[in-house]
Amino acid sequence: MFIVIVGCGRVGSAVAKSMLSGGHDVSVIDEDPEAIALLEKGQDRSWEELGGSFTVGTALELDALLEAGIERADAFVVSTDGDNTNLVVAQIAQRRFEVPKVVVRVLDPARAKWYREQGLSTICPTQTAIELLEEAVLDGVGDRQEVA
Amino acid sequence: MYVLIVGAGKVGWNLARELIERGHEVTLVESNRGRYATVEEELGHCVQAGDGSELWVLERAGIERADMVIAATGDDEDNILISQVGREKYGVERIIARCNNPRNFQHFELLGVKPVVSATDLILRLIEHEVPKYGPLHLLDLHQERLEIIELDVDEGSSAAGSRVEDVGLPDGALVISILRGGAGFVPTGESVIEGGDEVLLVLDPGLEDSVTGFFTSAAGTRAA
Repeated sequence: MFIVIVGCGRVGSAVAKSMLSGGHDVSVIDEDPEAIALLEKGQDRSWEELGGSFTVGTALELDALLEAGIERADAFVVSTDGDNTNLVVAQIAQRRFEVPKVVVRVLDPARAKWYREQGLSTICPTQTAIELLEEAVLDGVGDRQEVA
Repeated sequence: MYVLIVGAGKVGWNLARELIERGHEVTLVESNRGRYATVEEELGHCVQAGDGSELWVLERAGIERADMVIAATGDDEDNILISQVGREKYGVERIIARCNNPRNFQHFELLGVKPVVSATDLILRLIEHEVPKYGPLHLLDLHQERLEIIELDVDEGSSAAGSRVEDVGLPDGALVISILRGGAGFVPTGESVIEGGDEVLLVLDPGLEDSVTGFFTSAAGTRAA
């Protein structure tokens, strides 16, 4: 599978590395040329030598998307630090380039929920954290007995 | 009319002031605290602090009863998103979006956001109008209707100069809709004669501009490139 990933922060880079070692072709876009360091951290070879590719650019630039290979992408992952950027780029991938699988990270639960209802595959880490925290807090705990 | 404006930059602030002066009810939303404080000194309760791409902020500002939403931030992604949720989630009938970078215009269009106002684009068109000696002037692109209106200078010695409109031999899909001569304009008939030095307005199907331009320029190529 050929995967294009926009946003090479902690999340994007980790997904990219894991997909590449899982045998997939991976192309990463980030506006910061230094971001490639995250892909190479702990590796003994460069990202390109490992078989990945990296494009410098912002995701609203069609040139950057095209250079990264969006037209032949089987899957598209958007994980920059801007919710609105992510939502716009994801829709460009879906509507303009008709990428079969588009997954987008949205930190704000409200926007994530509404756009999911509109047919985008949104992942909301905040919502996940809320649920995990609630679950962890309530797990096996009752009201504390008063100490005499 | 109740107007919700997101972004209190130069555009949003001035718009808000104008609309208030004309008697409209306006709420202006600004995310930058410092900017909010400055604008609040003048506009008071009409301005609210908050990130206008957060749904609860829009709801607090009364988007559900807004007659019009103007997305005027300096960030095109934010403007697209605000316009999209304004129309599709809250059913606002009139939306105007500001496009900061003309290269992003296509994204607004793709996601169904319209009308879009781009200051850069407006200024460019003004420049074209003030400095018209660079080939055909694009007056209007009617995207939805798939038509263009262009303005051309008629060169002496071009094939159109001295010719009747119907004899110029323009392709199908190109129509001369006005001739400007000596400071006045008229709507021509097929028999009207085009003269060198005239300006003509044409309405075109898209893509005809290059082939049509040749009829009005002289082979000598006296025009600036």
